[in-house]
Amino acid sequence: MLQDAGIPVYDVPLVSVGGGFGSFTLLDVLRICGVPASAMRVLSNSDTPWQTWEYLTRVSQLPPAERIRSDAGARPDNIWGFPSYAVHEAWQDKSPKLLWQVLVEPVFTDFFSPRAATVFATVKREADRISYWDMLLKGQVRMVRRRDGGGYFTLLTPPPGSSPTKRVAFRSQYVHLAVGYPGLKFLEDLQQFRETYNDYHRVVNAYEPHEHVYEFLKTRPGTVVVRGAGIVASRVLQRLMDDRERHGLQTRIIHLFRAFVTGPHGRGPWMRRDGGDGWAYQAFTFPKSAFGGQLKARFRRLEGAERAALYKTVGGTTTPKLRRWQEQMRTGRQGDWYHPMQATVHKVEPTPDGRLVSFVSHGDGTPGHHVSDFIIDCTGLEADMPEHRVLADLLEHGGARRNGAGRLTVEESFEVSGTASGNGALYASGAAVAGNHFPAVDSFLGMQTAALDIAADLARRGFCAPLGSGRSISQWLKWATGRRI
Amino acid sequence: MIPTLAGRLQTRIFLLATVGVVLTALIVPVLPGTTGSLARTYGTAYLILLAVAVVGLFWELLYHLLMQFRWDKDWPTLFGLVTIVPEGLLMWVLLEQGLIPGVDGPVAFSTFATMFVFVWVGQWLFANGPMRVVSVQWRLRGGRIV
Ligand SMILES: Cc1cc2nc3c(=O)[nH]c(=O)nc-3n(C[C@H](O)[C@H](O)[C@H](O)COP(=O)(O)OP(=O)(O)OC[C@H]3O[C@@H](n4cnc5c(N)ncnc54)[C@H](O)[C@@H]3O)c2cc1C
Repeated sequence: MLQDAGIPVYDVPLVSVGGGFGSFTLLDVLRICGVPASAMRVLSNSDTPWQTWEYLTRVSQLPPAERIRSDAGARPDNIWGFPSYAVHEAWQDKSPKLLWQVLVEPVFTDFFSPRAATVFATVKREADRISYWDMLLKGQVRMVRRRDGGGYFTLLTPPPGSSPTKRVAFRSQYVHLAVGYPGLKFLEDLQQFRETYNDYHRVVNAYEPHEHVYEFLKTRPGTVVVRGAGIVASRVLQRLMDDRERHGLQTRIIHLFRAFVTGPHGRGPWMRRDGGDGWAYQAFTFPKSAFGGQLKARFRRLEGAERAALYKTVGGTTTPKLRRWQEQMRTGRQGDWYHPMQATVHKVEPTPDGRLVSFVSHGDGTPGHHVSDFIIDCTGLEADMPEHRVLADLLEHGGARRNGAGRLTVEESFEVSGTASGNGALYASGAAVAGNHFPAVDSFLGMQTAALDIAADLARRGFCAPLGSGRSISQWLKWATGRRI
Repeated sequence: MIPTLAGRLQTRIFLLATVGVVLTALIVPVLPGTTGSLARTYGTAYLILLAVAVVGLFWELLYHLLMQFRWDKDWPTLFGLVTIVPEGLLMWVLLEQGLIPGVDGPVAFSTFATMFVFVWVGQWLFANGPMRVVSVQWRLRGGRIV
């Protein structure tokens, strides 16, 4: 049928759709498990595995020199996590201070986290080493469909002018999906404001470029409403406060929390999360053991309603309690220019002089309004999953099902349930498979976990070698000496 | 580290049986304060190592209980190092009281302390790095070996 339509078909045993960290990590593991580069292709609209992440971190106020939110052992360029990023940076900077930090974290210092720039540079080196660039094919993937004879067809639109046909198809036994976030999510009242008044300038999402806000504030004193209680809200506050300090600005910040956390909270001494001043504090996106310890094991054991209840207990919006941020906010509260408060916003309207007014109910139920020059929405990145066309198509035509969290249901091997096709298998990792047996899927370490589990399943099917101690040690030596594989 | 209880127990035994055994073999010939034959010192040293493993299983239960008070259910690197103090002290007391089966005759404090610190630090370093290479899955499943 494809041939009849004049679409050329290429054969390749495994195709990974996405080309971000999820795809990169799987190909890294599979190359380490002995799969030749010629047997795999990455189909992506990104030039590098870090392109999307670099963009999102930059706009959300995490420039390359700042530290990210994961621990020293989570390094996407090294599946072993040894030596850790702390050792790497200490060596690079000739700074024993960083080693001291990982030694005494998190008791006497904040958790060590690498700089974003360290991640870019090391992933580049690993991509070179595993011949990533030879496996990368640019284009927009349209759909993945099961083939009658087993395996899958993946339909790609290459960049204009780069191919004689508008579409090309890949016939493969295995497909991996790692398409990241489907899109941006906007708060209802803010989206309404933007559409009603066609104003995309004063109301911004933190994941959109919004440098103009900071530039404006350098030219005259202004007020900013910040909404959200997660890491991005923290970063935006840091930027506003850094600028205030660095350039001697008069910026006022009104910080609206939908739920205002006043202190440690939880079921009892064994399930108590730190919190205060509005925030729920947590070093990483999940409690650390959800990445590979006790909580990971518990999630695996639980099912259905019990699992959902545990998600409710340990999930939710959090931010790390970094000493620097605590200090800045304290200064702001004392100086009466940072005002955190609980508020539900009903609507936002423009004022006659071109500013914004947010109509709210405060925590105690009293109505109020706050006038500002800008509103920065720091509440969300993740849109509804079927907003991604490939995933929507998979749900509609590919046999995939949604789980309780609205994401793709996967098996413990990360095979998407219901999508098997003959002797072929379709796997997924990243945000699309949140809410299953493993909570921390949308993280570096989570992506590596998925990659290792997928590789183990593929080894069982005879596609690659298992990663036992012998192979692990010899491959690590190759990694350490920078030998290409 | 983010151990599960099974992971703690397995890791304790695995590390003592591998890194612990090798490091003990290396340190015994140069231990200070020893009397008697080398063979006898080796015998005593390995009995102590065995005792550390057995008593250690009870320590792990206690650590696991304490870890439950931590929201992250993690066991910071530093804890793995400073627990040398209570464990070393208890082991020394047991040794002094003659409560370690098979060890007859006194052991000098310098002998004990040198061996204990050497093996402990060696294992701690191993667990915080090279162990991840020996088993890729080890750190992702709470320290379980199997
Ligand atoms: C601001 C921010 C900071 C984060 N910080 C951390 C951190 O510190 N530590 C951590 O562990 N995790 C962090 N994460 C979470 C996670 O690790 C990253 O988001 C990671 O980049 C996700 O990888 P991914 O492969 O799932 O998605 P992405 O890296 O977004 O890759 C998906 C790729 O698929 C491509 N794509 C999508 N659809 C198609 C299509 N139809 N055709 C072709 N290509 C397509 C996209 O262009 C994109 O390049 C962070 C996330 C964000 C947003």
